[in-house]
Amino acid sequence: MSLLSIQDVTVRFEPKGKPAVLALDNVSLDVEHNTFSVIVGPSGCGKSTLLRLVAGLEAPTSGRLDLDGKPIVGPSADRGMVFQSYTLFPWLTVRENVMFGPKLKGLPKSEVEDIADRFIAAVHLKGFEKSYPKELSGGMRQRVALARALANDPRILLMDEPFGALDSQTRQLMQELLLEIWQEQRKTVLFITHDIDEAVFLGDEVHVMSARPGRFSRTLSIDIERPRGIDVLTSPAFMEYKREILSLMHDEAVRAQMA
Amino acid sequence: MNTSSLFSPKTEISRGLYIGLSISSVLAVLLVWCLLTYGGYMPPDFLATPLEVLRAGLEHVSDLSLFGHMGSSLTVILSGFLLASVLAVPLGILMGSFRAVQAFLEPITGFMRYIPVSALIPLLILWVGIGIEQKIMVIFLGTFFQQLILISDVSARVSKDLIDCAYTLGATRGQVVWRILLPACMPGVMDNLRVTMGWAWTYLVVAELVAANSGLGYMILNAMRGLFTDVILLGVFTIGILGLMTDFLFKWLRQRLLPWSADF
Repeated sequence: MSLLSIQDVTVRFEPKGKPAVLALDNVSLDVEHNTFSVIVGPSGCGKSTLLRLVAGLEAPTSGRLDLDGKPIVGPSADRGMVFQSYTLFPWLTVRENVMFGPKLKGLPKSEVEDIADRFIAAVHLKGFEKSYPKELSGGMRQRVALARALANDPRILLMDEPFGALDSQTRQLMQELLLEIWQEQRKTVLFITHDIDEAVFLGDEVHVMSARPGRFSRTLSIDIERPRGIDVLTSPAFMEYKREILSLMHDEAVRAQMA
Repeated sequence: MNTSSLFSPKTEISRGLYIGLSISSVLAVLLVWCLLTYGGYMPPDFLATPLEVLRAGLEHVSDLSLFGHMGSSLTVILSGFLLASVLAVPLGILMGSFRAVQAFLEPITGFMRYIPVSALIPLLILWVGIGIEQKIMVIFLGTFFQQLILISDVSARVSKDLIDCAYTLGATRGQVVWRILLPACMPGVMDNLRVTMGWAWTYLVVAELVAANSGLGYMILNAMRGLFTDVILLGVFTIGILGLMTDFLFKWLRQRLLPWSADF
């Protein structure tokens, strides 16, 4: 049984006084245990909506979502999420931010502290435990957000364009760091992006989404050996995957323009 | 074109120039005041000289009456302000984040914030009499509805992502309100308390309009009858200085209590 199963999910927004929008049209997707799945698509294709459904922050108009065979009803600690915007709690230090989830679970204090220190070390932020978010750069904030989500030991980690607001150098470093951590933990990840390079570099599976109405047009298994370093980015295999997704998304974009 | 000159917008100037300009504006006012009074352009009944105001100040300080007035005014202002804040902060936070509370409170708040407090004084006298309660009520009514609107705005602007993020970390609705919404509102709440504290001072004379026998507003009104412009100005300066001090107090408290907050 797959860890996450999304079946025939449709989301229709009906804003008052405006025509209804079909954000997701009969979408199905399975995410297997310990895989890194990426959804790539143009902005407005409904990929963020899909992730929010999995997080339980929104409910579908129809269809069903199951985690471990149990229907998803509302948010919970078993589905951790890293957002595109900076969501560190500004009144908590780095360490307190990372401790937030484990503390809510009621774990003993010493264990909570151990967990926090371990994950702060994993994102290479030792020495910043007592800093407030305002003192950190954008990249550092997202590293703390990643540590905070992982410290809660979720069944699946949801990432909504987490590096979208970062400059391209920092973004590349963050991708490498994420892979480094993933290599050790093998946590199931569902990652969303509109950046094709990012999708191919990170994913085991890349699901390509089209816009209006949002649906999956294809799924590619990325057969590039791990661990992956930046040399992957210029390899022929990488280029081939990139070309394929690019043309797929281009055709979809043209089709959407004509429609 | 030079875009970093003294005359281009949003350009920093040196600290020395800043302080110099600040001092010169105060000196300019003082100079005009001296010219008008010592130059004989204004009769003393219209405007007391700086020395006369200073003398009035020393008199009122030495017989301790100024401190008595300050005490009663501070009692009125702080009581009214605290009462308003204690109610407006929680209600405002709820109003900005819960549509039901907003729907319930908004019509009354929207209406009341346009009513000048002075228009309500006759009713206040009728309902709560002419004691200190009436004066406190003037300050309360003058600040409460403004605070409610401002704080509800602060609460409405708390990022939804921050709240969603807490949910995905396992927080319950109650925990989201206490551990996320409340602390996230604090910098904005402090800023608006500081602003409305300033407004509360401007209501002081209105508050002490009726049946007062002490207070800075009373001192001013009383001096008006005898055209004692030196005492009027003394009262005005005292209010200004006390207002400035409460402002600094709020600034200091914010830095002290919310060191994590980004902007001061």
